[in-house]
Amino acid sequence: MTDQVLPEKVETTDVDSAIAYLKDKFPSAVSDDTRDGYSGVIVDKNKLVDVARAIRDELGYNYLSSATAVDYHTLGEPDSDMEMVYHAYPITGGGALVFKAQTPRDNPEIPSLVNVWPGADFQEREAYDLMGIRFPGHPNLKRILMWEGFLGHPLRKDWKEAYYEEDHKPFSSRWPSGNVWRAEEKNAYGKNVRYPDDFDLSRLNDVSEESLYEGLGLGVDVQAIEGTMHTDRLVVNMGPHHPSTHGVFRMVITLDGETIDTLEPVMGYLHRNHEKIGERNTYLHNMPFTDRLDYLSSMGNNLGYALAVEQLMALGPRWNPPSYRAEVIRVLMAELTRIVNHLWSIGFLLNDLGAFFTPMLYANNEREKILDFFEGVAGSRLMCNYVRFGGVFQDIPERIHSVQNMVNDRVRDFDSMKFLTELVSERLPRFLDEYEYYLSENEIIKARCINVGVLPPDEAVGYSAAGPLLRGSGIPYDVRRADPYSIYPELDFDIPVGERGDIYDRYTVRIREMRESLRILRQLLPRLEATKGESVAGTNAHTPRVPVGESYGRVENPKGELGFYVVSAGDAKGTQNPWRYHVRAPSFINLTPLGRMSHKQKVADVVTVLGSIDIVLGETDR
Amino acid sequence: MYGKGIMRGLSVTLKHFFQTYVDDLRYGWRKYSPKEDNFEMRQGMAAQGAFTVQYPDEKLAVPERFRFVPFLVVNEDDHPEAPGKDWCTSCGICAKVCPPQCIWIVRSEDPNTGRPIPEPEAFFIDIDICMNCGFCAEFCPFDAIKMDHDYELASYDRTTSHIHDKDHLSKPTSYWNRIAPTRAAEEAEARGGWEHIDVIKERKKAEKAAAKAAKK
Ligand code: SF4
Ligand code: SF4
Repeated sequence: MTDQVLPEKVETTDVDSAIAYLKDKFPSAVSDDTRDGYSGVIVDKNKLVDVARAIRDELGYNYLSSATAVDYHTLGEPDSDMEMVYHAYPITGGGALVFKAQTPRDNPEIPSLVNVWPGADFQEREAYDLMGIRFPGHPNLKRILMWEGFLGHPLRKDWKEAYYEEDHKPFSSRWPSGNVWRAEEKNAYGKNVRYPDDFDLSRLNDVSEESLYEGLGLGVDVQAIEGTMHTDRLVVNMGPHHPSTHGVFRMVITLDGETIDTLEPVMGYLHRNHEKIGERNTYLHNMPFTDRLDYLSSMGNNLGYALAVEQLMALGPRWNPPSYRAEVIRVLMAELTRIVNHLWSIGFLLNDLGAFFTPMLYANNEREKILDFFEGVAGSRLMCNYVRFGGVFQDIPERIHSVQNMVNDRVRDFDSMKFLTELVSERLPRFLDEYEYYLSENEIIKARCINVGVLPPDEAVGYSAAGPLLRGSGIPYDVRRADPYSIYPELDFDIPVGERGDIYDRYTVRIREMRESLRILRQLLPRLEATKGESVAGTNAHTPRVPVGESYGRVENPKGELGFYVVSAGDAKGTQNPWRYHVRAPSFINLTPLGRMSHKQKVADVVTVLGSIDIVLGETDR
Repeated sequence: MYGKGIMRGLSVTLKHFFQTYVDDLRYGWRKYSPKEDNFEMRQGMAAQGAFTVQYPDEKLAVPERFRFVPFLVVNEDDHPEAPGKDWCTSCGICAKVCPPQCIWIVRSEDPNTGRPIPEPEAFFIDIDICMNCGFCAEFCPFDAIKMDHDYELASYDRTTSHIHDKDHLSKPTSYWNRIAPTRAAEEAEARGGWEHIDVIKERKKAEKAAAKAAKK
């Protein structure tokens, strides 16, 4: 699908000389982005594909991390008030080359980059769906998160949701005369959806095969295949309510006999327009909302979002960066989260393979211990909401202890540091040894996983795969190393990679990553002791001033690179709400190569391929 | 040998199976005694095998920082000067920091002058919408709203019982001091006493004035 070749032919250039090179090569099409607080270049959309190709092949920025749209309604010039923003990175590590293409929002059209980076596929579809930008050259441009027949493009600035109250929180009806009402009272059930004028409502009750698979590019005809054995070509629909899809996710599969021909992921069943909510929210409000993205790794989500906003806040006056102890605690939480997530994902991979819930249960037993720690420190097991701008919520308490409150309550009392030390230096390593002994040499697992769902390294990069999926394919790309943040530069750890790029490699990469995480955690323990007493509090302002500009904060989350693209534009009350808040969700983008990986596999393998990508629908659908 | 890996795996399963009983035997009936710390042991680092908490006959008490739908702190009923008085001054900060905007406050007004009085006339939290983030408790400057530990809020009808009003939300200071002793003590230290911060300020002012008067 891609014409990209790895390893790269060119030496990677640093961002400044890369921009100079582009301006030199395309003098009329590339210009600096001179807006206050912005970086990168603006590319004439007519030349976008050529420039992108040069960025990829000649400059070595061959990994498209994120592609997203921004609506500058009322802020920008009428002929360029919609914008696509691309972040490209060299796969060998280094900073981003940010390039943008502008188009009028009345008639938005930007050439598709799918032929340059297949990883742009879902992201462009998302921009089309939510912003209404058309991408000529895109092979399959249709809605991805909303349903066909939805009226409007919900991320546009002038689009209003059914329960719309005001443009920005806090809403004035809450105080000082906040007489409560429930949203449904003002907007009765059934009247909260609008349909386009030409929409045939009877279609919604139509359950015929044709309409179910409409728009998916599939026929349901029975078709004989030439050859000795006659097999039927048929369509199998898996999900959205299917135990192996890890949530409400649907796959429409065309089978040739028992072999998969095409696979079309259908998503959006859990879509809640997280980004629109994020743009109504204040900066601080968004923090607990990020917990709900990948709800297995909320600590990591918090950190990514905090990094993005902190980048902007650092431009302003009176910015205090997090204390050293705060950074140590952030990394501590991020690495514990990685273990939590990988334990969960391996457990579920085994479930998908048919080892029903025994390996899952063993892994969960250990995970519970980490969640106990989270609960004692942050106050919640999953929705941690722990990181604050410039710090964290509160220091690790002396003791993780509970108090009897309700009938039948049983009390526990642990010394936090002792709990943590025993956990990372004894209990978890012992468990990992046992777990590997338990599973890694199992013949069934090997037979089901080796050489199944292979993703070659060049395609993994092209598809913008991230996390264990990318590293399983042999690419040692890890944001913690490639574009370091927090205190990772001073920590000693390795980046495990696979060789074949199959499911087994992804499994071993996850196991080894947990060992590396433990290694990091053991390095953090003395740092925690040494910094005892240091303040970890962040800014105490609940509506911090965030200077005008854009920022892209990325972290290596357990599932892959999690990025937050935040634009602060300033509003009448003084920059309280992000103008644009975009989540580069690894679970979403990692699904782009699912069809490719499932090609020529069996139906039972699809379940494991999906399991090995490790998605969480809260993040996929946002 | 083919199948060795499977046998190895089964041996681990078998080990886990017995491990569960090893601990059961070790703790025996003490497991059911609420007084001993065996419950803690079986949840700790040295525990072996799976251990199931028999909810609702047994419940895991939640740690101090646990956060669930907030409550409002009010004075005790037998408080000498102001029994049952709200600690909330209806400053509105919690309503502003609440991410899903589920806090609704009506500020009291003096009926004669129309000037605001620092006291809430009504206070509502829509618990269907509350996301238990804890921001309200974190940013309240008067320690007047705190996260609760009572998570058993299920009801049969969400339309009538899920908007908690001030009566429902109010709990005495002793409740907060009991469910979060460490935190409550830290806050009291920061305020300079166990009373509401305004009372402490008033008292300090009065003391200062008295000291001044005595000097003269
Ligand atoms: S922040 Fe505290 S004092 Fe202010 S209105 Fe809320 S509960 Fe009352
Ligand atoms: S816990 Fe969070 S969501 Fe709930 S009332 Fe407080 S601020 Fe609002």
